Amino acid sequence: MTEKQLLSGNEAIARGAYEAGVAVGVGYPGTPSTEILEIFTQYEDVTTEWSVNEKVALEVGIGSALAGKRTIITMKHVGLNVAADPLFTSSYIGANAGMVIVVADDPDLHSSQNEQDTRHYARAAKIPMIEPADSQEAKEYVRIACELSEGFDTPIFLRSVTRISHSKTITTLAKKLNFEHDKGFEKENIRKHVMIPAFARARHFVVEDRLEALEEFSNRIDINRIEKGNGKTAIISAGLCYNYVKEVFPDADIFKIGMVFPLPIAKLKKFCEGYDKVYVVEELEPFIENFLKANGVTNLIGKDILPVTGEYSPELIYDAITGTKTSAGLSVDVEAFSRPPMLCPGCPHAQTFNILNRMGLTVSGDIGCYTLGALPPYSAMHICVDMGASIPVAQGLAIGQGKDFKNDIVSVIGDGTFAHSGITGLINAAYNKRNGLVIVLDNSTTAMTGMQPNPFNGSTINGDETVVLDYKKLAEAIGIGADNFRKVTAYKESDIETAVTELLATKKLSLMIVEGPCLIYKRKKGKK
Amino acid sequence: MSKITNILMVGVGGQGIMTASDLLAKAAMFDGHDVKKSEIHGMSQRGGSVFSHVRYGEKVFSPTIKKGEADILLSSEVIETVRWLSYANKDTKLILSNAYIKPDTVKEYPENVVETLKKEFTTSYVLEPKEINEKNGSMKVLNTTLLGVMSANLDISIESWEKAMEQSVPKGTLELNLKAFKLGRELV
Repeated sequence: MTEKQLLSGNEAIARGAYEAGVAVGVGYPGTPSTEILEIFTQYEDVTTEWSVNEKVALEVGIGSALAGKRTIITMKHVGLNVAADPLFTSSYIGANAGMVIVVADDPDLHSSQNEQDTRHYARAAKIPMIEPADSQEAKEYVRIACELSEGFDTPIFLRSVTRISHSKTITTLAKKLNFEHDKGFEKENIRKHVMIPAFARARHFVVEDRLEALEEFSNRIDINRIEKGNGKTAIISAGLCYNYVKEVFPDADIFKIGMVFPLPIAKLKKFCEGYDKVYVVEELEPFIENFLKANGVTNLIGKDILPVTGEYSPELIYDAITGTKTSAGLSVDVEAFSRPPMLCPGCPHAQTFNILNRMGLTVSGDIGCYTLGALPPYSAMHICVDMGASIPVAQGLAIGQGKDFKNDIVSVIGDGTFAHSGITGLINAAYNKRNGLVIVLDNSTTAMTGMQPNPFNGSTINGDETVVLDYKKLAEAIGIGADNFRKVTAYKESDIETAVTELLATKKLSLMIVEGPCLIYKRKKGKK
Repeated sequence: MSKITNILMVGVGGQGIMTASDLLAKAAMFDGHDVKKSEIHGMSQRGGSVFSHVRYGEKVFSPTIKKGEADILLSSEVIETVRWLSYANKDTKLILSNAYIKPDTVKEYPENVVETLKKEFTTSYVLEPKEINEKNGSMKVLNTTLLGVMSANLDISIESWEKAMEQSVPKGTLELNLKAFKLGRELV
């Protein structure tokens, strides 16, 4: 079978997982990684879930891989921060069956709150990482990742970026591998699985030895390869940037890195010895460059001419290396006004922001569509850090006011984010006897990433009916009584305003739910 | 290296740019070309600026077009054309649907933009959406007519376009789409 399809990087990763006999897919939605699991779940004989958050997803993945099932765990770059705790220790425990952590970075912050480079996590946690350059490679690298993970008994990263995940390239499909791992969970092996200091201390040596073996292997694996050109220009690149380099320097000698951690240091050093100067082309951090410099390579040119910020493009690389300026194309004397992202026309939750603005309150916000409440015409959000931060940050702001506490701070969070990590903050507020009003804008879905279900809307990733968390009972359980709990509909302006006023007046920790299903979600649901 | 064909398609979220560029990319693939298509989605359904790069030829590396090197700029909205002009040169063929979408944050839509744009391009096709919709007898296949205009400027076979349409358009709309496509070809 040599069927060719035009697949996005995300579709190709899902297909690759299916072909590699991956049996378990877990993750948390986050642009640009979301579609991987949405597609993977449609294949037969796979077990999938949207976990409550990335930490939970990784922990489920640790278990299923140790139990002998090839597993992919998907998330975006900032999601990996949430999962960092299990990540570092899973490196010590190892994988058993293939355990592939797929992380999608977002250079240029198309849909993210920062521009961090996940390759640093590979180094920090001592976990190998491979990085494809197109959809065909993305598909094949899942199988390679599974094999490396099993061969070296380690979790492994498959790194994507927005322009790999969301670009479509031609991909040749293959048959599904009938994969059965020969080993399940070895429950007696507590020296490998129970990371108390005495056992973990010994495992650290295993990790260091494994890293050494991986680096040696990195010098031999064929995804780290040299493409000979005419010898006039020498460039080291990896992933997406390799395409840009090939585009503008088709005749260059190129060292294409497929395994970005551990790097094939010996092979790279030898490559560099053959030239007066070697260019390193990598988006975001000088990861490859710094590794080589630390290993004594001195003839490199990288971030001294290329930016650390934003996405690269063929012309950006060409201009930097040749010292020229590509013609900027046409221009006319007309201002192209911007189209800032806005809440959808008719979004039921716009009203709450209008009210909060009018009341002059300080709003601690969170991650989701409603972060747009910070911008005009709503202008009703004053801080937003990360998933779940709205509630604790509001607590801190209140503490900071000290005895001048004005009772004018509210947290605003969506249902999906509240389930992800908002509840923890609410429990913290209750436990520490803090005051403040928490407003959950419940639109019945995780809308920003494209309508994924969550623990507050009663369905799983496959659309199966499941438990719906009960806000009221949750409030009761942590000591928020009936007087401090309110549920209102998003369409009744006066009810919202009254509830905010009254709950703030109690000067006690309060939970207010504003119900209004997402319009796009309603339309989609209606079609089914 | 043989010539790669570069097509930039732009518009506003909700105008169907992604779907239309998918169709083009498939047609090019069915014609035996290597193809890459690049776009950014995530916030596009919220009325933002939308773009899609499609490149095809014998072997395509970069998924994005270099500035100034688009062979065709297809635009579903007037000001979006202005936004992406840096990817065009005077020989780029402009295919423009004369539509104006003004966000609430903007007071006045700039005037005489189409006339200004036309002067920049040696070849431009400006289609009146109202007129095209009337001829098509539907509001839903305007993009197919734009693709028809595009197809007359490309070397992709009709069979490949038709195969792409068979696979891509909603059930029961194939005839309508084929007709709209033909209309576009006749306008060239």
